[in-house]
Amino acid sequence: MEKEQRKRYWKKNVSYLTILLIVWFLASYGLGILFAEPVNTIKFGGAKLGFWFAQQGSIYVFVVLIFVYVILMNRLDREFEVDEV
Amino acid sequence: MDVQIWTYIIVGITFALYIGIAVWSRASSTNDFYVAGGGVPPVANGMATAADWMSAASFISMAGIISFMGYDGSVYLMGWTGGYVLLALLLAPYLRKFGKFTVPDFIGDRYYSNVARTVAVVCAIFVSFTYVAGQMRGVGVVFSRFLEVQVEWGVVIGMVIVFFYAVLGGMKGITYTQVAQFCVLIFAYMVPAIFIAIQLTDTPIPQLGFIGTLDDGTFLLDKLDGLHEELGFASYTSGSKPIIDVFCITAALMIGTAGLPHVIVRFFTVPRVKDARISAGYALIFITILYTTAPAIAAFARTNLIETVSNKEYTSMPEWFTKWEGTGLIAFDDKNNDGVIQYVGDANQNELTIDRDIMVLANPEIAQLPSWVIALVAAGGLAAALSTAAGLLLVISTSVSHDLIKMQIAPDITEGKELMWARIGAGVAVLVAGYFGINPPGFVAQVVAFAFGLAAASFFPAIVLGIFYKRMNKEGAIAGMVVGLLFTLAYIVYFKFINNSPEAAESWFLGISPEGIGTIGMVINFIVSIVVSSLTPPPPFEVQEMVEEIRYPRGASKEVIHH
Repeated sequence: MEKEQRKRYWKKNVSYLTILLIVWFLASYGLGILFAEPVNTIKFGGAKLGFWFAQQGSIYVFVVLIFVYVILMNRLDREFEVDEV
Repeated sequence: MDVQIWTYIIVGITFALYIGIAVWSRASSTNDFYVAGGGVPPVANGMATAADWMSAASFISMAGIISFMGYDGSVYLMGWTGGYVLLALLLAPYLRKFGKFTVPDFIGDRYYSNVARTVAVVCAIFVSFTYVAGQMRGVGVVFSRFLEVQVEWGVVIGMVIVFFYAVLGGMKGITYTQVAQFCVLIFAYMVPAIFIAIQLTDTPIPQLGFIGTLDDGTFLLDKLDGLHEELGFASYTSGSKPIIDVFCITAALMIGTAGLPHVIVRFFTVPRVKDARISAGYALIFITILYTTAPAIAAFARTNLIETVSNKEYTSMPEWFTKWEGTGLIAFDDKNNDGVIQYVGDANQNELTIDRDIMVLANPEIAQLPSWVIALVAAGGLAAALSTAAGLLLVISTSVSHDLIKMQIAPDITEGKELMWARIGAGVAVLVAGYFGINPPGFVAQVVAFAFGLAAASFFPAIVLGIFYKRMNKEGAIAGMVVGLLFTLAYIVYFKFINNSPEAAESWFLGISPEGIGTIGMVINFIVSIVVSSLTPPPPFEVQEMVEEIRYPRGASKEVIHH
């Protein structure tokens, strides 16, 4: 693969990472910790939303993030022909 | 049939299963022994990783801790799951492409230095030993409580089982027994949770019951907050720890998870880079089943417990109460001699002390579930402890045979000899772990929690920078690891062992507890690494080439065959 191509692949990968990690941060540290207090005024079923994110929601978000990453990267690998046979 | 007979039957069947798998999956090469031949299917690796990861502490203690801490217990839930996002995105695929056996392999090769390799080996062994002692103890405790064998004999039985499949099968044996152990432990965890969810909230799904309503129409969590307020406990759904401390503890646990050698090494066992990514996803799904059920159990058990004991006649207590009193896990001290249990927040008036482990161990009895469910919990606890112990023992044995003997002391050793050393290493590690299980040093319980902080402050930055920053050199990495580790260790030792009076908390740096200081240690590591490396010469060309190579997945399966 050419150098330019490689660079583009890596840049794309890093930009995916950055976006996904921002979501990762917001779901756990954001809603679950830093802004838990104000978010708690909203109710989700019988739970205050901030509390729910700290004990449930953030974990579901983590699972989704990994699978989104897997799908994005598998597509990117094929596009740049660095996928494995 | 009574609980004891059920326990013998269920534990016996599961143990026979583990031994059967061990015999079937014996290792015949170092490649088998270290990374299960590099051919584990991703779903199986996900289950094995989940069992490897979820220890006696996750299974037995976590729901209880959350039950007593309420919102503050969230640090463990987020902390012990969020790290998998970091693993999947930042570490696992690249380490798989790198394609060797251990974390010290990566550190040693990437930083072209045996000093760095040795620092990594020492960290890996230290972290793994502190952890494994706790697991063996967990095995002994489960045996003694459910089968009324002495703790010592419980530990010995556990040692024999682990010895059998770890020494015989190495990573291959461990992987497939862990798959079986995952199935046992998750079944054992979910069955009582589902029963109790139905009893309390009329839904079979604990996660829905958690945000659902009770028979009287109030929401479970509102009811619990109400009970807490009435009895003078801190509110269940809001925290009492400072935000910055909750933040730092969560981060230390998350990043520590991503830096623990026995977890990372699992991603060396799959065939391809894309398998490494997806098996982190599967692992987290399997972990999530337990980790989102735990807070539900915590809230159910807390409500059940308060309603059963609070302001009730001591003589009217159910059978489990006296049974667990016998083990010292529940203690009632009738301070005002009225024969009624006052369970309240005010320490001077409170008459009941309850060990947190009871929340999972006695939960089925408290909820009056059938005896086979109680027996199942024993088998689940054992599965959780044994699977984690085996994974840790493998890291220790590999560190000795591969990172020390093969890579440093005797590079010309034959594969047969290396395999023999790996088996000896595993055998000795089992004995040492067993010894600590029988004679636990007082500091073990405290140290385990800090293993995460230390892993966060040492390994994590070195690995991430090694992958994402080509200019990173050995001077920077070594300086970063040493400074990060020393800072974190010094802070923990000082505030935990030297100056651990309650007033000392006022002089904590920015109000951060020793549990959370690993986060600051990690930040310091990153800064020192980058500054030192920019002041010293760049790494050699071959190393920069290697970093370039691990960034692209193609060719990963080829590289394993070269070994």
